[in-house]
Amino acid sequence: MAKLTNRIQPDMIMQSYLVEAFKGVALVTRQFARNLFGRKDIVTVQYPEDRRPYTPRFRGKHLLTKRADDQVRCVACMLCSTACPANCITIVAAEHQDKDIEKYPTTFEIDLLKCIYCGFCEEACPCDAIRMDSGVHTLPTLTRRDQKSGKIDLLGLAKLSTSAQGGEFRAHDHAGTQHGQSTPH
Amino acid sequence: MPTTGNLILDTVLYTLVKFAGFVLVFAMGVATVLTWLERKYSAVLQNRIGPNRANFGKFRLGGLLHMIADPIKMLFKEDFTPDTPNPWMFRLAPFVAFVPALVVFSVIPFGPGEKMMVANTELGILFIFAIASLNVYGAVMGAWASNNKWSLMGGLRISAQMISYEVAIGLTLCGIFMIYGSTDLQDIVVQQGQLLWGMVPAWGIVTQPVAFVLYLACAIAENKRAPFDVAEAEAELTAGYWTEYSAMGFGLLAISEFVEVVLIGCLGATLFLGGWQIPGVHGDSVPLVALQIGAFLFKALFLIWLQMTIRWTLPRFRYDQVMRLGWRILLPLALVNLVGTGIVLTLIDRK
Ligand code: SF4
Ligand code: SF4
Repeated sequence: MAKLTNRIQPDMIMQSYLVEAFKGVALVTRQFARNLFGRKDIVTVQYPEDRRPYTPRFRGKHLLTKRADDQVRCVACMLCSTACPANCITIVAAEHQDKDIEKYPTTFEIDLLKCIYCGFCEEACPCDAIRMDSGVHTLPTLTRRDQKSGKIDLLGLAKLSTSAQGGEFRAHDHAGTQHGQSTPH
Repeated sequence: MPTTGNLILDTVLYTLVKFAGFVLVFAMGVATVLTWLERKYSAVLQNRIGPNRANFGKFRLGGLLHMIADPIKMLFKEDFTPDTPNPWMFRLAPFVAFVPALVVFSVIPFGPGEKMMVANTELGILFIFAIASLNVYGAVMGAWASNNKWSLMGGLRISAQMISYEVAIGLTLCGIFMIYGSTDLQDIVVQQGQLLWGMVPAWGIVTQPVAFVLYLACAIAENKRAPFDVAEAEAELTAGYWTEYSAMGFGLLAISEFVEVVLIGCLGATLFLGGWQIPGVHGDSVPLVALQIGAFLFKALFLIWLQMTIRWTLPRFRYDQVMRLGWRILLPLALVNLVGTGIVLTLIDRK
């Protein structure tokens, strides 16, 4: 296929550069005056003070969701750490008193320096226990150690999840749904 | 002999005061403000905000304090010397670049009368050429002593650029000498006070319009700023001749560029915009002289603004384009302008 380019053939006046340079100076000056006095076209966001809202789909720092009784929702099934391509989720499981729940994590640690924010963990999770819709992006820290986000930290951003767990509808998971902060995946 | 003593004291003191006032306060002051203004101006015309964070408690003054914050930052940064056989040359280079840029201000008349210039010399413009060309040595020395190939390339480019444009600018200004018959800047300015055909002031821009354009182009090129920044060439040479400079060494090289911007403005105002002349205003009472000094500074500032706008408007030239523009376009134009001026002057003389 022929390539279509719309080139302006420069004529003598254009090639002399002088008129064009003058036009350019006029244009730039007009824009300057407009930004200074008139309608401002300024697009800069003054970052720490003003922030642009992230889209709802933004994958931010991870959060662990909670049950209605404030327990962590995660059942330590290791699916997320298995799915994780960066191998950055460390989970240590322990037995839960509730026989229906079976397990819970005693340690749940994500090394955010290794994480590539791919979102596979939240895709893999059968319990809607790990999510990335916190809208927080990872902030810089002074040490590497601080980038390992532990359970407490992840729960700090926690939201109440009301989605059915393990495919089975359980009434006590649904107490307090009136807040409805989350949507089932 | 007390009288001679007093005379010398007066002359020296007076010269020092003028030097401090014009060179240190005006030229350096404007150059310093330019370091901030350039960034702010370019930001606003590109729909950005520009530097505005430096503050003094609650006072930000629109970022004006950046011009103080920057030197402070530079003074405290590591002053790095690369592994080079010529460290002393590396250290010396910024000064060689900086001092000539300041010295040439001393022959620019900023007000009416013999006394309104730091050093009254008939050499005038020749002195400026001689000294201002020295500052390329600073850049070349620095480039060479950096022991860095980017710098070396930058250095070579500056020398080539300087040689090409020095010729063109010299020939361009010859037209001015021919018309006003003098190289003394004060003399040139005084003659620009005449009226042509009884109404137009005989400013350089009226008598030598082509030369004005050529002068601007060549002067900006000699100053190594965009669109002629092939020596610095952010894109292909990282920072060209000052790649290896850090801290105040870099600061000096950078500010000498801004001092040159001011110099080009002042010289352009002197040669082409009638210096301190205001059409229709003559006299030597104090307020009038003050007004004329103000007019000169205003014209200089206008040209500085023009340079800044051109710098942020035009895309940069490639190295070969710079050379072609210099040798094939500007130089022939300067020659044609020179010959044309000669013919016209001869015809006028005949009458
Ligand atoms: S976002 Fe991807 S890399 Fe990060 S923890 Fe989840 S699965 Fe691992
Ligand atoms: S996949 Fe979900 S439930 Fe399983 S360990 Fe990860 S976070 Fe916990």
